[in-house]
Amino acid sequence: MIEIELIPLIILVPLLWASLAFIAGPAHGWKLALGGSTLQLVLAWRLAAEVGGGADRVHVPGGWEAPLGIALSADGLAAVMLLLAQGVALPLAFYARAYFARHPEGAHTFWPLTGFLLAAMNALFLSADIFNLYVTLELVGLAAVGLVASGGAGSVAAALRYLLATLLGSGSYLLGVALLYGAYGTVTLPELASQVTEASPPVAMLAAGLMLAGMAVKTALFPFHFWLPPAHGGAPSPVSALLSALVIKASFYLAARLWLALFLPLATPSWGQVIGVLGAAAIFWGSFMALRQARLKMLIAYSTVAQVGYLFLFFPLATHTEPAAAQSALQGVTLQALAHGLAKAAMFAAAGAVILSTGHDRIMQLGGITAHMPVTVFTLAIAGVSLMGLPPSAGFLAKWLLIDSAIVSGQWWWIVVMIAGGLLTAAYVFKVLRHAFLRAEQSEVYKPLPRLVEWPGFLLAVASLALGLRAAELLNVLGTP
Amino acid sequence: MTWNDALPLLVLSSSLLPGFIIFNLPEERRGMRTALNLAGAGLKLVFIAFMLWGVARGERYEFRYAIVPGLELVLRADALAMLFVTLSAALWFLTTLYAIGYLEGSPHRSRFFGFFSLCVTATVGVAMAGNLFSFFFFYELLTLSTYPLVVHRGKASTMKAGNIYLAYTLAGGAVLLTGVVWLYGLLGRVEFVPGGSVSVLGPAYADQLRLVFGLLVAGVGVKAALVPLHGWLPKAMVAPAPVSALLHAVAVVKAGAFGIVRIVYEVYGADFTHGLGLSAPLAVLAGITILWGSLRALFQDDLKRRLAYSTVSQVSYIVLGVALVGPIGTIGGLVHLVHQGIMKITLFFCAGNYAETLGIHKVSEMNGAGRRMPLTTLAFSVGALGMMSAPFTAGYVSKHYLTEGAAVAGAPWAEWVLLASSVLNAAYFLPILYRAWFKRQEDAWPEESIPRRGWLETNGLLLAPPLVSAVAVLAAGSLSEHPWSPLSWAKLIAERQYVSVER
Repeated sequence: MIEIELIPLIILVPLLWASLAFIAGPAHGWKLALGGSTLQLVLAWRLAAEVGGGADRVHVPGGWEAPLGIALSADGLAAVMLLLAQGVALPLAFYARAYFARHPEGAHTFWPLTGFLLAAMNALFLSADIFNLYVTLELVGLAAVGLVASGGAGSVAAALRYLLATLLGSGSYLLGVALLYGAYGTVTLPELASQVTEASPPVAMLAAGLMLAGMAVKTALFPFHFWLPPAHGGAPSPVSALLSALVIKASFYLAARLWLALFLPLATPSWGQVIGVLGAAAIFWGSFMALRQARLKMLIAYSTVAQVGYLFLFFPLATHTEPAAAQSALQGVTLQALAHGLAKAAMFAAAGAVILSTGHDRIMQLGGITAHMPVTVFTLAIAGVSLMGLPPSAGFLAKWLLIDSAIVSGQWWWIVVMIAGGLLTAAYVFKVLRHAFLRAEQSEVYKPLPRLVEWPGFLLAVASLALGLRAAELLNVLGTP
Repeated sequence: MTWNDALPLLVLSSSLLPGFIIFNLPEERRGMRTALNLAGAGLKLVFIAFMLWGVARGERYEFRYAIVPGLELVLRADALAMLFVTLSAALWFLTTLYAIGYLEGSPHRSRFFGFFSLCVTATVGVAMAGNLFSFFFFYELLTLSTYPLVVHRGKASTMKAGNIYLAYTLAGGAVLLTGVVWLYGLLGRVEFVPGGSVSVLGPAYADQLRLVFGLLVAGVGVKAALVPLHGWLPKAMVAPAPVSALLHAVAVVKAGAFGIVRIVYEVYGADFTHGLGLSAPLAVLAGITILWGSLRALFQDDLKRRLAYSTVSQVSYIVLGVALVGPIGTIGGLVHLVHQGIMKITLFFCAGNYAETLGIHKVSEMNGAGRRMPLTTLAFSVGALGMMSAPFTAGYVSKHYLTEGAAVAGAPWAEWVLLASSVLNAAYFLPILYRAWFKRQEDAWPEESIPRRGWLETNGLLLAPPLVSAVAVLAAGSLSEHPWSPLSWAKLIAERQYVSVER
């Protein structure tokens, strides 16, 4: 039997359909995207199954070994992130097709850019050298900026601001790469990992700071979040969903990967604490701002700022703590990334449905929405449960594991942060949901929608719920840090 | 999966699946909705009857499912679970009938009955949870599924009450979560076992365990409406009457009290709790709640608010029984779990009947109500006399064992608290009965919307449930020595708890 090489295929497939979609135009782009995304999901599934069986997989394109060639490798974390990316992309492809049928602005560039985005992101998850990672990071950023700009004249300012942030982030990262290369003469992760130790020169420390700061900007960690709400809130809804669910996870993945593989020997627990404090600030500031928004999409965008904060609690919980605490932290933060990815994609999809139906997304005017769009209301509710971290949901499981990690490592203050953050999340989620129960005062006009606008989001929300009921296999794929 | 594994799951599904289908039913499919509701409620009773019979013979019913390694969802039908499960399933059946009559013609019925089914599913899950994780799981599900019921009417005042309800219960849930994860961190797993399991940790952990106990009790104390965490309960009575009935008798408040029972007996163990010096403060807290609730009830003119404060007081009887440490007090507390449920649901059904039929919301409007609605008022009187612990009612049995338990535990102050509460109960219930039976009607009824037809003083579906539950109040009081009475079942549980402690 011929062994199919999964690793290159999962990068090449989206690249291929993106190029074809570029040639074929928007009328056929969605067919290519649907076929391609389905195939990618199957590939990611098989890769996860293989990684879950034990050994990490390594692929060497062209047969050139490191340090000359480019190394691609898949471990548990990469496999899980690949699964998330393809799992979110497929329902969103269905959604985007229905969305752009009603609201054609941006459809022209959506399919090719999304394909390139997925290809770059998959390559990022699989790359094992820091320069190659830079290239993929830049490609992800540019494709994402292009997608934001496709929203029309109103979103150019947001796109430019986003471009500035993403270039700042990757520039800072590249500087770090150059410093490391200068110091150690190699860019492959395994070789660097064997050389970076507690006794490393200060230049390694500087490189670590630059690279992590770059990732913090790209992930919109407080106080670098300034670009996120306008970009995510202003883009067409399918784009917002992709950006909030996946793109920021890519740069977070990179930060976590570098930390675990490279910088852990350099870091002191206080580094972790500092990053954790920024995460906590993100949770509070993002939630507070979300509560103050009058528009649904802006509320969801600020909620992303807050949820990103939970991801960064990984650093204090996994830096020189007991192995059990670090293990829980990695599992918890991965589940948080997945839960947020699925739930946030669902929420933006639902917000898009609201906009298509009513022509606006002002929260105050959503009275009577249940009667017209019950599926969308349930989507918002179920995704909200996951964001709040209440059972039964993946968000709950994530929070459980993170709190467990904080207890095992004796860092009770992060528990307070997470608990308070959960309550704030409930406050802004119910700010939206309460309209589902209010009597319809004003006679808002709700245009009926085709099913494919509402159901993909619902499925994503249900997935974030179902993951909270069955996560054993996933954690098995993830393995130990 | 054998039958014994599947039964707890079937009990859960018998309301979960109809709930899902009901959500998808169009508003006008009234017959289908009613059929689904009643079939679910009936089927659940059948399953539970079967399990009751099995548990009494020592059969084990347990469903286990690992979400992630080390974190299991466990549904187990032990004797204590059966006490609560039977109560909730029986009262759910009655409340479903009542709700069908009550919501006749009002909007959003599919939504209402959908969440109603979810709410009962969560309650049954709380009852059958076999470990602390599963308990928390269903406890939070209960919060989420009751919110839509509380705010069902969608008016501004309702939404405000809903916010308060959420603020209290979600904050309580967060505190509870901290305690639960903490205990899991210490023990690895926290199964509910008679006699508790934390005592293995040894004296070095005593302070941590006290703190965790505080977190757990504060968490469930919100739903159990322990003073000073009770503020949401009187506000939540803006909900429709069937919801109030369910909230006060079986679902939310009772889930909190049941949580305290589980934590004290099956996580910490009654004697270990006592050894840590935690039972006395809990008893004092319960005593304060009993008196404070009764005192506040005295001054409420709104009928449902008066009943709500009465719930605050009565639910802490259960907590007091638990905190008194000793088999007699345990029996009193556990039996009151059932007795308070059937008495309070009767009272809320009746309050709903007065409001729906005549528009009576206030005690001061009740003059002469007994002549217009004799059957309802009869049921109300039985419930109220039960609350005052009059002989031949369920309340008498509870009070008898609680007082006895206080005497055995050497806590004479608790006997005084119970006596004072009975006097206060009389002080706020007797004037209502006096007005209803002996005073003459002065003005027209505030809003008479259901006319009398023959002997039917109101809609039959509204009348039957309180009559049935009133009969149950009398039966539980007079037939308390019967082998299948709540009292006998409570004795069985107490026996199993204390035998295993001595072992």
